[in-house]
Amino acid sequence: MTLAAVSNESPAHDSDLAAEQRRHVLAVIGELQDLPGALLPILHAIQDGLGHVPPASVPLIAHGLNLTRAEVHGVISFYHHFRSAAPGRHVLQICRAEACQAMGARAIEAHVCGRLGVGFHETTSDRAITLEPVYCLGNCACAPSVMLDGDVHGRLTIRAVDRLIDACIEKS
Amino acid sequence: MSTTVYVPRDTTALACGAEAVARAIGTQAKARGLDVSVVRNGSRGLYWLEPLVEVVTPNGRVGYGPVTEDAVVGLFEAGFLDGAAHALAHGVVDDIPYLASQQRLCFSRNGIIDPLDLDDYQAHGGWKGLLRAVMLSPEAIVQNVLDSGLRGRGGAAFPAGVKWKTVLGAQADQKYIVCNADEGDSGTFSDRMVFEGDPYRLIEGMTIAGIATGATMGYVYLRCEYPLAFRLFREAIERARAAGWIGADIKGSGHAFELEVRLGAGAYICGEETSLLESLEGKRGQVRFKPPLPALKGLFGKPTVINNVITLASVPDILAHGAEWYRDYGVARSRGTLPIQLAGNIKRGGLVERAFGLSLRELLYDYGGGSASGRPIRAVQVGGPLGAYLPESQFDTPIDYEAFAAISAMVGHGGIVVFDDSVDMAEQARFAMEFCAIESCGKCTPCRIGSTRGVEVIDRIRASLDRDNNTALLRSLCDTMSNGSLCALGGLTPFPVLSAKNHFAEDFAPRVASSVK
Repeated sequence: MTLAAVSNESPAHDSDLAAEQRRHVLAVIGELQDLPGALLPILHAIQDGLGHVPPASVPLIAHGLNLTRAEVHGVISFYHHFRSAAPGRHVLQICRAEACQAMGARAIEAHVCGRLGVGFHETTSDRAITLEPVYCLGNCACAPSVMLDGDVHGRLTIRAVDRLIDACIEKS
Repeated sequence: MSTTVYVPRDTTALACGAEAVARAIGTQAKARGLDVSVVRNGSRGLYWLEPLVEVVTPNGRVGYGPVTEDAVVGLFEAGFLDGAAHALAHGVVDDIPYLASQQRLCFSRNGIIDPLDLDDYQAHGGWKGLLRAVMLSPEAIVQNVLDSGLRGRGGAAFPAGVKWKTVLGAQADQKYIVCNADEGDSGTFSDRMVFEGDPYRLIEGMTIAGIATGATMGYVYLRCEYPLAFRLFREAIERARAAGWIGADIKGSGHAFELEVRLGAGAYICGEETSLLESLEGKRGQVRFKPPLPALKGLFGKPTVINNVITLASVPDILAHGAEWYRDYGVARSRGTLPIQLAGNIKRGGLVERAFGLSLRELLYDYGGGSASGRPIRAVQVGGPLGAYLPESQFDTPIDYEAFAAISAMVGHGGIVVFDDSVDMAEQARFAMEFCAIESCGKCTPCRIGSTRGVEVIDRIRASLDRDNNTALLRSLCDTMSNGSLCALGGLTPFPVLSAKNHFAEDFAPRVASSVK
């Protein structure tokens, strides 16, 4: 489980949000707050727009849904998908589940971590790539798999994953 | 004359390059002045052949695969638009033995139709079940589902009709149909294939469930690891609504049913039904105590039918063809068909829909063709990360809920992950505990703490530290988790752990320093 760092810091205030981020967060809340069970759709929409759910957006969300900040924080930190820190320019998710293990995913994971010099939930120092684990992309008949910026790549070899990483670094 | 070419828009086909193939076919056709219309179908589930390009010929649809972008020019030069011979040609796709020998009920349209084309859906038997359902009383629909013997395909195998009957009998101002599409088990992709290949089937099944139980609102809880399925399904809902198949008055029948798709957020536990309901309500996905059953107090405290994608997608055919027709497939108490998914280290991975009763051996060798690596198959895990690891001596077990239960295993959602002889089963046992620790919702102690302690104990056994005592401790811990956990996550994690330990004890034995696996 991702332990968001915010719990040990002083409470984030919505004034910490950049004006553009604040506009996005408020627009999302305004659009979705009347849905039954609106919190997950709101968090998805915020992350889709900003790349993460900024801790400073928590008071705004809590206010919009009549929840406590603790409740909102509790939901964000429960789900692996939601990030509290901005990711790098690319997000690379490596499948760690059994079907991929059976086809060499452990070696790919070790290679990528070694090459990028980061572990899971970390971002390379040039901010090109954030590395995340994922447990199954539903591509299990053509394993091993990764998802790069929302696109699944299958039948991977270490060479193929290196080419994906090369492209991320070049584009950056 | 225009030639129709099918190139799948399916996650796996795309992951293997289908988008570039489709583009190249378009470019080549244009450059050669040929009239080609490219249709993006779902996948047939013959995944080792993806991207599988199909050309419509007078003899049927001829398949070529796996096609790479670079192979497209060669296909044109060989005359593939006339179904000509080529190294990648497989003849008429319907005649490929892997497919021809299947009993495709739930997947009858997958890969054949344009998934979003309503006319295509109807021309291939779509909406027949719903049109029959609107003529029947709710009681009669429920009786059909009961008589069919359909059991929940998500893994628990609970009789679907019993759930529906309970919701039908419950009094409430609002009831819900919830579709569990949090297909988190590694080695499974049949739910995804429905979304990407035949989405109206699920819409039809949910609408029938709504009419049968008096529920006017449906939610699909889809995992966020399936972004393409989400986009396609949202579009399918909009088109179905615009055509009057869902909405305030379904095709003038007086029945109302609305549908919405929601995304999960990467929590495996949300495949557990009560945890899923919590998540839909906007909360942490923590498991609820039962009772009350979701059928009586489910989503937002209202009576709720919650079924897996395949369960709901099986319903239209049951209504269209009758309960007996469905019941005639299968063995013992496992009726109908199961879409089995062959995955991992397997030569011909893909979807095999067959009546219950087929043996694992037939699946692994007749369909699967053995391991992808060419090495002997040593272990298979059936039923996802909570399913047992089975050795070769158990490969004759038939796919049947009770037969699997009898060997301390489970059929689950029908996923089979294959490992060759390079696997370290102690490492797999450790991963089972690690996964449980990562995904535990934290509500009950045996799962939350037990899984972490489980990783530690297995590490000590693998390091040969106080082996006998730690082995006894592992068994005792598994006993506590099995009997003391609130839900299947903690309760079933001992399945993969103990099956690995019992069937592959040599992997837990002290390692000789010089031995290299």
